[in-house]
Amino acid sequence: MKQVYARPKSLKPAHFHYCPGCGHGIIGRLIVEVIDEMDLREKAICVAPAGCGMLVYNYFDIDTLESAHGRGAAVATGIKRVRPENLVFSYQGDGDLAAIGTAEGFHAANRGEPITIIFVNNGVYGMTGGQMAPTTLSEQVTTTTPSGRNAATAGHPVRICEVFAVLDGTTYLERVAVNKPAAIIKAKKTIAKAFRNQLKGNGFSLVEILSPCPTNWKMSPIDSCRWIDDVMAKQFPLGVIKDVP
Amino acid sequence: MSGNAALGEAAVLAGCTCYFGYPITPQNELTEYMAKRVPEAGGIFIQSESEIAAINMVLGASVAGARAMTSSSSPGMSLKQEGISYLAADELPAVVVNMVRGGPGMGNISPAQSDYLQATRGGGHGDYRTIVLAPGSVQELADIVPLAFDLAEAYRNPVIILGDGMLGQMMEPVSFDNIKPPKEYPKDYILTGARGRPSRMVRSLLFDTKEEEEHNWKLFRKYQRMEQNEVRYEKYLVDDAEMIVVAYGIGARIVKGAIKRLRQENLKIGMIRPITLWPFPAKIIRETANRVTDFFVFEMSTGQMIEDVRLALEGKGHIHFYGRPGGVIPTPIELSRVISRHYYQQSHRGKK
Repeated sequence: MKQVYARPKSLKPAHFHYCPGCGHGIIGRLIVEVIDEMDLREKAICVAPAGCGMLVYNYFDIDTLESAHGRGAAVATGIKRVRPENLVFSYQGDGDLAAIGTAEGFHAANRGEPITIIFVNNGVYGMTGGQMAPTTLSEQVTTTTPSGRNAATAGHPVRICEVFAVLDGTTYLERVAVNKPAAIIKAKKTIAKAFRNQLKGNGFSLVEILSPCPTNWKMSPIDSCRWIDDVMAKQFPLGVIKDVP
Repeated sequence: MSGNAALGEAAVLAGCTCYFGYPITPQNELTEYMAKRVPEAGGIFIQSESEIAAINMVLGASVAGARAMTSSSSPGMSLKQEGISYLAADELPAVVVNMVRGGPGMGNISPAQSDYLQATRGGGHGDYRTIVLAPGSVQELADIVPLAFDLAEAYRNPVIILGDGMLGQMMEPVSFDNIKPPKEYPKDYILTGARGRPSRMVRSLLFDTKEEEEHNWKLFRKYQRMEQNEVRYEKYLVDDAEMIVVAYGIGARIVKGAIKRLRQENLKIGMIRPITLWPFPAKIIRETANRVTDFFVFEMSTGQMIEDVRLALEGKGHIHFYGRPGGVIPTPIELSRVISRHYYQQSHRGKK
């Protein structure tokens, strides 16, 4: 019998802690599939964030460091400079990269550090209970924007890919989603392309992934997936933002 | 050579291959020296976007197996505390230099000793300690740098070199002949990619309270080993002294000048100079108190180390204090006058 599906080699036999319908489990799986398919298990070093993505080190069977909240790009810089032969990527959420760690991400991008950031954008602080993130949409209700995010007092949703695109050090920036099978296949190809970009020594790459958070969006998993297409992707358009081969 | 440059040269000779720094006076000469010297030696230099980024680059370089260092001065040191706490929790070696200036807040750019408590009590959040080395001359600074790297790797813990603006910027002759090639320490924890071995993870998050408690006690036992093995101090004219000055770093250097003057007037003053501020040389101070009743603490602050002297004395003896905070550097003449005034008060008290 032909085996068509199996646990990736680089995925530990652990149960994901993620909530039902959460996109982190899909994204984690895509990363390890790419690592296996590109034969990078012995080369990869992951920098985990603070937030829901933190526990990836319980799932990824590769060398992993847990960084302080927002500092992933600085830590990854230190690792990559010492070990340029390795594949070094940080896994960061929107609070981690677009709020507390903006400076570290921005300047790593500007220096053209040959690292990859896998940027999970679900529009809220998930682990702490659904507070407003920099990427929260206008009028979106969260625990800290109970009447909806008001631009006059809470600012506007941050488009990280577009911000980083103006920096000369960035070479590959693409926004994808994991809300339906076609999008997931596309997301996997994008992660693989970003890793190849890094291994070629071609500067800084970032993959932004729109990811459902049904628990904190207070929607069903199916409605969350629809909401990404109908609402979220209007603010965060999918596609290649920058690609300098 | 300036203290800052000597520090940089000693670090390179001691095998430091990664330096990350952010400009702040009075330690810029070190960052500038490293900008040229480290790449020359085949290492990595980055001028980071902040002190926070610099300490996290150090953490990354350290977990990748390199000897890494960063430096700053007081306000920047406050920003580094987050990373130092993570280095301690992750049990990663690193050398962090603080050329202290007047504070709090922006303070000024003059030499001060007002970061003593921050340095010796961990400094960041959580239950941890760092070895704190306080050299008193440019030569001692150069000698202490390789020791700092060795201690950091031997204990897998950040080590702080606590200088001040004066030590960093003053010029003195210095020799690097004592620096040997770096020792090899086992590095079975570093991240290199899981080639031919199980994958590793380096983390400080321990959700399980029992696990976290165990980790805290494990770190505590390591700090106990440091307290047993790493106390360093200098005794200066202690044996016949009737009053002991306790001072460190550049403060102790000024005290030495004062004591030389006072000895010419036959005032029997000696000094204990802590070289490790943590672990603090409490035992020698306590033992000296069996014979000497009066201890004079001098600090370029309103009094921080005095707390450790009090703890060391356990209620014995009399403590005198003189402090010059805010970046003021007293002269040996000024100090000799103050010390002699306290000395005569002491002998007067003795006669009553």
